[in-house]
Amino acid sequence: MSNVAKAVELHEFSEQAVSLASNTQQNSKTPWLADVREKGLATFKRMPFPTRKTEAWKYTSLRALSAENFHRPAQQFSIANAEALFEVEGLEALRVVFVNGEFNAELSSPELLSTSGLNIIQFADANESQQKTIKTHLANVSETERNLFTALNAGLIDNGLLITVDKKVRIERPVQLVHISSQQPENASVFARCLVVLEQQAELTLIEQFVSTHETLNTIFNQTSEFIIGDAAKLNHYRLHLEDESSIHLGGVYVDLNRDSQFESYQLALGGKVKRLDVLVNHNQPGSHCEMKGVYLPKHEQQVDFHTYIEHKAAHCTTDEVYRGIMADKSKAVFNGRIHIHPDAQKTLAELSNKNLLLSNQAEINTKPELEIYADDVRCAHGATVAQLDAKARFYLQSRGISRQEAEIMLSFGFINELLDAMPLVALRDKLRPLLAQQFTSNAALTRHLLDKALAGEGQAQGVEA
Amino acid sequence: MLTIKNLHANVEDKNILKGLNLDVKPGEIHAIMGPNGAGKSTLGNVLSGREGYEVTGGDVTFDGKNLLEMETEERAREGLFLAFQYPVEIPGVSNLEFLKASVDAAREHRGEEPMDSVAFLKLAREKCKAVNLDQNFLKRGVNEGFSGGEKKRNEIMQMMMLEPKLCILDETDSGLDIDALQVVAEGVNSQRDPNRSFIVVTHYQRLLDYIVPDYVHVLADGKIVKSGGKELALELEEKGYGWIENGAA
Ligand SMILES: Nc1ncnc2c1ncn2[C@@H]1O[C@H](COP(=O)(O)OP(=O)(O)O)[C@@H](O)[C@H]1O
Ligand SMILES: [Mg+2]
Repeated sequence: MSNVAKAVELHEFSEQAVSLASNTQQNSKTPWLADVREKGLATFKRMPFPTRKTEAWKYTSLRALSAENFHRPAQQFSIANAEALFEVEGLEALRVVFVNGEFNAELSSPELLSTSGLNIIQFADANESQQKTIKTHLANVSETERNLFTALNAGLIDNGLLITVDKKVRIERPVQLVHISSQQPENASVFARCLVVLEQQAELTLIEQFVSTHETLNTIFNQTSEFIIGDAAKLNHYRLHLEDESSIHLGGVYVDLNRDSQFESYQLALGGKVKRLDVLVNHNQPGSHCEMKGVYLPKHEQQVDFHTYIEHKAAHCTTDEVYRGIMADKSKAVFNGRIHIHPDAQKTLAELSNKNLLLSNQAEINTKPELEIYADDVRCAHGATVAQLDAKARFYLQSRGISRQEAEIMLSFGFINELLDAMPLVALRDKLRPLLAQQFTSNAALTRHLLDKALAGEGQAQGVEA
Repeated sequence: MLTIKNLHANVEDKNILKGLNLDVKPGEIHAIMGPNGAGKSTLGNVLSGREGYEVTGGDVTFDGKNLLEMETEERAREGLFLAFQYPVEIPGVSNLEFLKASVDAAREHRGEEPMDSVAFLKLAREKCKAVNLDQNFLKRGVNEGFSGGEKKRNEIMQMMMLEPKLCILDETDSGLDIDALQVVAEGVNSQRDPNRSFIVVTHYQRLLDYIVPDYVHVLADGKIVKSGGKELALELEEKGYGWIENGAA
């Protein structure tokens, strides 16, 4: 019974999505992107809605999606104390802030437009040459066929964000792209888009940060980012999903790597009702390097789902991918990591490691690292582990007087500490440490030693290389 | 300080300790020797309350209190310290944060304030130096990537930080070269105190040249089968354990 009812609803979900898309098409701020939208929508219509039998959605429930979500969010420009939601002390970032999908100039850095070599512009305000850049790249990297919600996102692109860095320019200050979600008067959806183009030898640090006001969220947040990294260019990327647990996020990160270019990415996801992130990296040209480190920390009844796809299409490229997850309570996580070595990708070095810690008998992890190799001269390794807290280690800590609870929290935090310590942005790391420690307990007495700055400052330098 | 009466203990339903008696007074050093598999490490684990080590009979009194009723961490806070035969590696938890948590736990148990971080760092560096460990070890994960000898020196360093009442050293000398052995012995000797006792578990008489015991016991098949003064260690070195075990049977 309930399955049938749900099926009908999901059918309605698609219908509503299509109707919102045609509405967007008619009233768009970017009529020159009509083709992109049309193509995205056509793909969306062609793809069946995922069921339990759909491989890519086998373990993540989409029950929380509803047809009632297809309203545009009501705008709320003044959020009390908004800075506190995303401010990172000492980061000195160029801030680009969106509230419920709309650009918010007040919260954004005034000097956004005056940094030489860096262009940040909304699609609707793009000049002719910027429009040309957008049309060349938009929805080209994101293979919409892989994910229905990425296709839908393309069908609904209206006013995305373009970030470009000119040839040979290294932007010192990180760009902090913040998306704030707030509770809506009626269920709504936000479709956001980001396109980053780094010209050759350019370098940029981009932080994509998703936060929410501490109310119940009733928005589907659908966001797709595309990064085109030019020859010998480098993107330092952070994607931080820090929204409230009531959030639904369907996200995608799609990356094109050109000759000798680099993508270094740190991804962090707290759990939500649905939190799905697809990451696709194309090694298109020889010599490119991809380094991804990810952490997911669902608890309560939250879900997190990471699907990563690394396409080695050219020779002499390297991938180093490390994801770690800690699942508490009745939460569920999925890690599906695929590395695909195409026939021309000789001399590839690729490694994928996924380690998981289950803090409760009712928590669940479905991990599936996959290697598909069609070239013969490559070095590849992949592995996944699932474990519970190490009783020997816990006993060792307790035998030195540390309480069982504090020992468990130190060990849990220790499981992800290494990835956190590897983050080059110290200010961001300092912001995240307490935030992550709080995921394990709200009792500050139990986290005070692992958060003791005097000791951590001593520890960091070495921790990275260990 | 420590009185063990007729202690029986099982590991995985197998009877390992079979009526062990031992009396350690404040300031004394007791050496325990004995063949592999005799139950020496089991004794240390039982005394520190490790899960899976089931006491099936006997009493243990530590400083006037019933030790067996306490949780592992409580025993430590009361002043019991076990230097492990095989210290575990704990990547991701730094030696510093671990040590600070340990020191604070004991202090708070005594009703004192947690230690000031700066004073703590100074002390930790000092103790590191005393056991000849590079300062960098403090920043690393607990025992992470340490050599065998470094792990043992780290145990002694922790002991010096925590200033326990009773220290059990479980084969802390095994696998150490002579220089490292001297460092460990000096560490222990520096902690000798009329109010602090030691139980030194070892296979080799040579450690006892540096840490001179008041008593030497032979533990075989779950019991103390012979006790004597420090000259017993020399005798054991010469003749092995066979003559005692046979005599005891
Ligand atoms: N955790 C354990 N699980 C199973 N058997 C154990 C365990 N620990 C000790 N034993 C057994 O108990 C006996 C005594 O071991 P142990 O106390 O380590 O001896 P010693 O330290 O004197 O060499 C041995 O037979 C050993 O196999
Ligand atoms: Mg032993």
